[in-house]
Amino acid sequence: MAVSMNDSVTAGLPVRRKFDTGSLIGLVAIIVIGVAGYFLFPNNLALLTRIIAIMLLVLSIDLVTGYCGVATLGHAALFGAGAYGAGIAAVHFGITEPLTMTVVGAIAGALAGLISGIVILRAHGLPQLVLSIAVIHLFHEAANKASAWTGGSDGLAGIAPDALLGMFQFDLWGRTAYIYGLVLLIVVFLGLRVLVRSPFGMLARGAREDPIRISAMGASVKSVLLRMYVISGVVAGIGGALTAISTQVVGLDSLSFTLSAESLVMLVLGGTGSLYGAMIGTVVFMWFEDLVSAANPFHWLTMVGALLIAVVLFAPKGLYGSGAVILGRFKGGRK
Amino acid sequence: MQTVFSIAIDALAYGMVLFVISIGLSVTMGLMRVVNLAHGAFAMIGGYLASYAARDLGLGYAIATLIAVIGTIIIAIPIERFLYRRIYGAPELTQVLMTIGITFCIIGIANFLFGPTLKTIPLPQTLQGSADLGFRSIATHRIFAILCGLVVAGALWFFIERTAFGIKLRAAVDNAAMAAALGVRTEVVYAVSFAVAVGLAALGGVVGAELLPVEPYYALRYMVTFLVVVAVGGAGSIPGALIACLLLGAIDTTGRYLAPEYGEFFFYLAVILIVTIFPRGLAGRLK
Repeated sequence: MAVSMNDSVTAGLPVRRKFDTGSLIGLVAIIVIGVAGYFLFPNNLALLTRIIAIMLLVLSIDLVTGYCGVATLGHAALFGAGAYGAGIAAVHFGITEPLTMTVVGAIAGALAGLISGIVILRAHGLPQLVLSIAVIHLFHEAANKASAWTGGSDGLAGIAPDALLGMFQFDLWGRTAYIYGLVLLIVVFLGLRVLVRSPFGMLARGAREDPIRISAMGASVKSVLLRMYVISGVVAGIGGALTAISTQVVGLDSLSFTLSAESLVMLVLGGTGSLYGAMIGTVVFMWFEDLVSAANPFHWLTMVGALLIAVVLFAPKGLYGSGAVILGRFKGGRK
Repeated sequence: MQTVFSIAIDALAYGMVLFVISIGLSVTMGLMRVVNLAHGAFAMIGGYLASYAARDLGLGYAIATLIAVIGTIIIAIPIERFLYRRIYGAPELTQVLMTIGITFCIIGIANFLFGPTLKTIPLPQTLQGSADLGFRSIATHRIFAILCGLVVAGALWFFIERTAFGIKLRAAVDNAAMAAALGVRTEVVYAVSFAVAVGLAALGGVVGAELLPVEPYYALRYMVTFLVVVAVGGAGSIPGALIACLLLGAIDTTGRYLAPEYGEFFFYLAVILIVTIFPRGLAGRLK
């Protein structure tokens, strides 16, 4: 750890400014878009809440994939663990206080992150991808088998969260759930902004860029990645708990390979290695999916596929990354 | 004893079908370093073409298989030329995104053209029924699948180890830049091996249609299985892929017979154990 202490001394000055203008712009943008969504789509708040929950999952993938370079197709394990953690706490232990449920979900996600991190980090490249696929399938089959606790393929129903802070009931239109989700998203966003700019975040980027050099500097690459996995488990677990609270049911699809693959696609679509990329990718993908599947349910998969191919061909750094490059070119041209 | 025997035959047939489909994936992955998630989609196209030729046009099984293999290659060539060539050497995530996109497109189009129902490929008289071995009888189709696997393995071994093209292929696998500098036209090698890989996938899709039924989500459902086989066997290795297919086929079939309520739990547990112990695959080369 001596190395990272050194880092914070040498690279500390620009890093230490926690609330820089970038965070402030992002914060304002999230609040403006969130409030606009509340008033523009009052009948679609359930979808918007779902988008926020998936956004937390995609942010959590970004932490390990974008910042640490670990390719994973099994990240829904962490999300599902959070959802089932919160759900089981409510149904079997009578913990129906929403904030406590969220904390339970975060802890469950962190545990799942620890377990899958230990397994996934043992290999690199294609074997790593396959290990992550095996992990999500193991979680899925285990949850299916333990139907006494999880409800199996019927799903875990009967989650009835109390009023938030004892004041705001979770209503039929999902207003409370949406606002709760928005607040969670803002808290997580600010936390992650601090995290990825901290010495630890720099160390994680270093581990992605050049693991040999990081270990030559005396830091353990594996322990950095594992700690990042646990942190990303907390974020994904919060997202899972949010779905459990807002939909009041947890299904096996929250532990599915499909969800893992789709959320990775959302991240790459938006652009890896940036929190904004993760959030933009989620919104664009889920909005596009909702739009296309409503317009033509038979062709939505083809459309989504075509969108992905187009992104690879024309915006290889993702929507946010390529947008930033174009903006940078304009700025450079003017000077 | 009866159970052990039928498990063994089913496992062998399943493993051989897996081998025929995924060996092409293994070779292209070892050669072009492309994580190709769309490989199962090509097997599915083969199954659909054979089903269309045999059921709707009333052609024979052998001709239908031939049409399936050639048709799939014809469909795949422009895809390779215009889409895959852009992602050679790209980061893994980009490749995953592109090939998942191709898979989604193929699934959507197959769903539109052929509908969401299961498609069968009618077997000829000679492959129906069962063969009597004296002490046991086994389904003829299983024997056919096993023979197909053996023939493909032998032919590939000859093709790669004993022909001039095989030498170029191995050179390009080991070091593409150096092979190109020595006058090997790596683009041609890439295109030919991609076509062979796709053709084998289509063949496997037809032969294995009894075990892996052809339907639009085939490409997604078995994509993972094929990837797992390649990772366990080690990309680019024929013996590795053969051992991995037989081993995983045996584990999966045994699990389904003896503990069906656990689903694929034991299959993936075995995968985790094998990959943890052999991070480069059973026959992976150390770098």
